[in-house]
Amino acid sequence: MYVAVKGGEKAIDQAHSWLDETRRGDTSIPELSVAQIRQQMGLAVDRVMAEGSLYDPELAALALKQASGDAIEAIFLLRAYRTTLPRFLASVPMETNTMAIQRRISAAYKDLPGGQVLGPTYDYTHRLLDFTLLANGERGNSSPSTLPSTQPSDETVEDCPRVLDFLNSEGLIESPLANSGRAQSGASAESEAPADLTRQPLDYPAGRDLRLQALARGDEGFLLALAYSTQRGYGRNHPFAGEIRQGEVAVEIAPEELGFAVIVGDIQVSECDMINQFVGTETEAPRFTRGYGLAFGNSERKALAMALVDRALRARELGEEVVSPAQDEEFVLAHCDNLDSSGFVSHLKLPHYVDFQSELVLLRRLRKEFEQRKSGRRGPQADATSEPGNQDGPGTDNEQRREVKQA
Amino acid sequence: MTSAAFNHNPDSQNDSQSNSTGYNFAYLDEQTKRMIRRCLLKAVAVPGYQVPFGGREMPLPYGWGTGGMQVTATIIGQDDVLKVIDQGADDTTNAVSIRRFFARTAGVATTESTPAASVIQTRHRIPETPLSHGQILVYQVPIPEPLRFIEPRETETRKMHALQEYGVMHVKLYEDIARFGHIATTYAYPVKVNDHYVMDPSPIPKFDNPKMHGNPALQLFGAGREKRIYAIPPFTRVESLDFEDHPFEIQGWDRTCEFCGSDHSFLDEVVTDDEGGRIFICSDTDYCNQRFETGAPQEAV
Repeated sequence: MYVAVKGGEKAIDQAHSWLDETRRGDTSIPELSVAQIRQQMGLAVDRVMAEGSLYDPELAALALKQASGDAIEAIFLLRAYRTTLPRFLASVPMETNTMAIQRRISAAYKDLPGGQVLGPTYDYTHRLLDFTLLANGERGNSSPSTLPSTQPSDETVEDCPRVLDFLNSEGLIESPLANSGRAQSGASAESEAPADLTRQPLDYPAGRDLRLQALARGDEGFLLALAYSTQRGYGRNHPFAGEIRQGEVAVEIAPEELGFAVIVGDIQVSECDMINQFVGTETEAPRFTRGYGLAFGNSERKALAMALVDRALRARELGEEVVSPAQDEEFVLAHCDNLDSSGFVSHLKLPHYVDFQSELVLLRRLRKEFEQRKSGRRGPQADATSEPGNQDGPGTDNEQRREVKQA
Repeated sequence: MTSAAFNHNPDSQNDSQSNSTGYNFAYLDEQTKRMIRRCLLKAVAVPGYQVPFGGREMPLPYGWGTGGMQVTATIIGQDDVLKVIDQGADDTTNAVSIRRFFARTAGVATTESTPAASVIQTRHRIPETPLSHGQILVYQVPIPEPLRFIEPRETETRKMHALQEYGVMHVKLYEDIARFGHIATTYAYPVKVNDHYVMDPSPIPKFDNPKMHGNPALQLFGAGREKRIYAIPPFTRVESLDFEDHPFEIQGWDRTCEFCGSDHSFLDEVVTDDEGGRIFICSDTDYCNQRFETGAPQEAV
């Protein structure tokens, strides 16, 4: 007797204990600590925090460890934890002008107040495998000991004015809050707090606040591909990386009972201001437009991609023709979340016996009828409906079918 | 749905942990449950209408029953008895996983018996044993929008529902007939609820569609990824879409269940060897067991 459908419970337990073993790997190799992951796999931790929508490097590192390094699985762990946390209040808008800069570059100006700060970047590294790392060497190649300390820790960092503010003061670019969804969305206009798609379902058209939140949580790979598509002509918007900055910013909250803002902590963020062209209209002089990207941690690729997609999604607002996927709000926002997409794609692994059986029943019936028709045609009626008679097939098929049924 | 779920004070969530997991009763916090209850009330008031809700991330993947789980977590109380089925069966992996989740986070009693359950969460089937008044059937829904495969845009489909602009759905069914001689939709077969909204009954086989009509149990539908909730209140009119000359019909088998001999339940096909060997068994394992234990096979043979 067939019994394999039984025993799901035991199978699940066994699978999970096997998974634990596999995750740990060879026990003769020392176990990786969460602190090590946090310190030495920082960019992975940052991605998990950004798309997990929770700034907690330790938990993100834990999630990565638990997920065997799989980013989406780790993001999932962090999100599922995040969703159980109470939300006290919205912070005061973060002032990235006062960021403690680690990196700040502009591709638009050669030099500018605050200067170009390269910071800790993989840019301009030659992608040559560093075999000293493989040999457990502490530092790679051309020993940088000849260089002064890399951390400009003692230097007091001067305030770094935003590149786009220079343009704004000349009127060459729209103001940062121009058409900022807030005015459009109407529904959220009366309340100061920005929309939150973790509390309310996404509604179209989405205000810019909601859109930026969705993009900030969105899958880096998906946004990167969309951003790339705009560069290749699918919704081109002529971008210049006006400014990219990374560093620590204070997060402030203003509890009602206090009446003033207090700092609750510093977070590391990557921010991108994109400068894009706009031809202008009859009533408006031509000027640059903006795309904006922000992500937790050192997530520069994500911030760049986000800024490009944000700008592409402003197509309708700026009177551009919506022709490409990156400009299509419903397409982008409905599909950018990697937990949505990986969950739904992976649900194909779940049993579908019933639906499949339903299809089998229908398919067998259709095939049976097909065979009957075929043999029927070859028989006495063969002269009436010859080979090319397929076009009026359905009508005659139905009649035949009904006859069969009555019989 | 007992009052137990309402007893927790949202301000003191730490006190309301009635289990060892460190999470609130049935995982969701009470504010979220309140929000979902409001949506459920609206859904019951407007049968078949998809109510948007602030779906939360659940610790199971989207597409694996998070919508149904949120509904279940919201309505379940300490005195409830929960049954979870997937493909009609209590022992398929995902059903096992979800049942354990609630046993762990809510500490509620679970059962495999359809009549003994007060809340039944299901994926893809309606139990063969008729439900009774007071029971709640919670469906897991992947794509709540019946028009989605005709019109992918939410902004459009919402308008179509508002205007009852369902012609396209009939055209789709007609095209099936023109092409195949039948309506080639075998599961997720669209229904019209209470003479108004066209609704996706989640991908249950059309075999189960007639059970939704006039059912004494409350039927709740949760789509977690798509963040929609809808409902069929008890004793509501539910019609499967069809044509006068192509009336709705359900699947049938010319075989009977290998175990219990049932000739009237939905049968799963099980491949027994690689030479075309097949047996057919009830997809509803509880129904099959009941018949088996009460000696029904003898009657049927």
